[in-house]
Amino acid sequence: MSHHIVEAKNLQHVYPDGTVAIKDVSFCITHGESVAIIGANGAGKSTLLQHLNGCLIATSGQIRIGDTPLSKGTLPDIRRTVGMVFQYPDDQLFMPTVFEDVAFGPLNLGLSGDEVDQRVVEALERVGAGHLRTKPPYNLSGGEKKRVAIATVLAMAPDILVMDEPTSGLDPFARRQLISLLREFQHTKIFTSHDLDMVLDLCQRTIILHEGVIMADGPTDEIFQNEELLAACRLEKPFSMQGCPVCNGKTNTKCHDAG
Amino acid sequence: MASISAAVIDLKRLELLADSDSPVHVIDARAKVLVTFVFIVAVVSHNSYELARLLPFFIFPTVMIALAGLPMLYLARKIALISTFALMVGIFNPVFDRTILYQIGQWGISGGWISLLSLLIRSMLTVGAAFILVGTTGFTAVCQALERLGMPQLFAIQLLFLHRYIFVLADETGRSSRARELRSCGRKGLGVASFGSLVGHLLLRTWQKAERIHIAMLARGFVGRFHAHRQSSFGKAELYFLLGWSSLFIVLRTFDVTGTLGTLITGIFK
Ligand SMILES: Nc1ncnc2c1ncn2[C@@H]1O[C@H](COP(=O)(O)OP(=O)(O)O)[C@@H](O)[C@H]1O
Ligand SMILES: [Mg+2]
Repeated sequence: MSHHIVEAKNLQHVYPDGTVAIKDVSFCITHGESVAIIGANGAGKSTLLQHLNGCLIATSGQIRIGDTPLSKGTLPDIRRTVGMVFQYPDDQLFMPTVFEDVAFGPLNLGLSGDEVDQRVVEALERVGAGHLRTKPPYNLSGGEKKRVAIATVLAMAPDILVMDEPTSGLDPFARRQLISLLREFQHTKIFTSHDLDMVLDLCQRTIILHEGVIMADGPTDEIFQNEELLAACRLEKPFSMQGCPVCNGKTNTKCHDAG
Repeated sequence: MASISAAVIDLKRLELLADSDSPVHVIDARAKVLVTFVFIVAVVSHNSYELARLLPFFIFPTVMIALAGLPMLYLARKIALISTFALMVGIFNPVFDRTILYQIGQWGISGGWISLLSLLIRSMLTVGAAFILVGTTGFTAVCQALERLGMPQLFAIQLLFLHRYIFVLADETGRSSRARELRSCGRKGLGVASFGSLVGHLLLRTWQKAERIHIAMLARGFVGRFHAHRQSSFGKAELYFLLGWSSLFIVLRTFDVTGTLGTLITGIFK
């Protein structure tokens, strides 16, 4: 089971134009954990995530998935283990139909006919998108695209699920659906998000990234109580922890429980 | 310009057609690629004033569309759209080439008009054949077939990416020009400066987006090998398909079938 551990050591990334997007980032995420990486726009979250399956190569430092250090030779194996859902589903869905798109990964894994079909059907059912299989991806709604994008990754049976801003651009209903879907997954999960209410809902642990540096790493509740820290990192408490506007902020828990 | 994105979305529909099980769809992609190739060579190699001898070639698209159950009207529209490019290429033929080739009553028809018409017919035939190929096979499978036929893998993959890139480019073009149109307040003269900057941004953005798609493909285990979903092999059916059509095209190309038929019929009525 040590396969599900994600470890980053002194990670640094400098883009070709000289932007230092992350500086000396280290963390270790263990099996079954659900971790949020939060931070303001441009903090380096997406850059960090893309290191986890070798989409970007660190300028210095190391990534380790389980016992395997990420390198050119281990890349195929690591990409199978770490499933990445990108921020914009339009980048992720490129085949003519939803079915073919979900089948793309399993086919690349070398699976054959029936097995591929089975995986595709299972993955689509899992995200509640079975009825979309014959549709072209570009005709789907935002929420549907997101779910199909998740299915494309699930079909590869990854151990670790990495998602860049999963709830961005979704309407409240689609967002809630997605959150309950994500809650069911037993994988090790790593999200970035601006949706701190979702983070509070799904992740026990939070890492705050600010200008490419880790400012905090700990239990989500504790971090969200620390208003100074949040303010320093250009973040705001999740709505559910702010005073309730209806009852003037006093009975916040009660009002919240009632709703 | 919004119509460009509409046209592209409509083109993507072509690939959806490949998801079927008609007798043409199930034939191994290599046989279809080869037949299409022979067809295109046979059509294109006619001299540029040829009309009558091109007509029998319409039997191929007709039969294929009927057997594959492709939507006739949709294909016709797409072919017409692309043929306008051929029209642009050949539009000056009638101006430059005024040698009278045929005389119908008092009307003289110049070589320019004949060659323009011939160009149009040839573009309709070849574009139609290419559409039928993709519509009954799917672009990925076509690339895979090319590779299995001996095209270097690198070229085959580039072809595949080019195909995806065109869609990306067209999408982005549609979006950008709409934004530009909306902000130009209905004026026509939008200025060359803004247009240059638009094109520059467009290329950069398209490139970035194509790169993101490539990354997404890599993330899902793409290592530069094709996997078409349909498993097929080159069997007897493929052999008959290939030999049948190819020999027909070669016969049509070498012998003047239309002319012979014409003389036969006029002979009968004499
Ligand atoms: N391809 C790139 N080239 C140069 N700089 C980039 C590139 N991508 C991102 N950056 C820069 O890196 C920093 C971190 O970006 P990103 O990881 O996308 O932030 P986040 O996802 O937290 O909003 C930003 O300052 C951004 O401008
Ligand atoms: Mg980001």
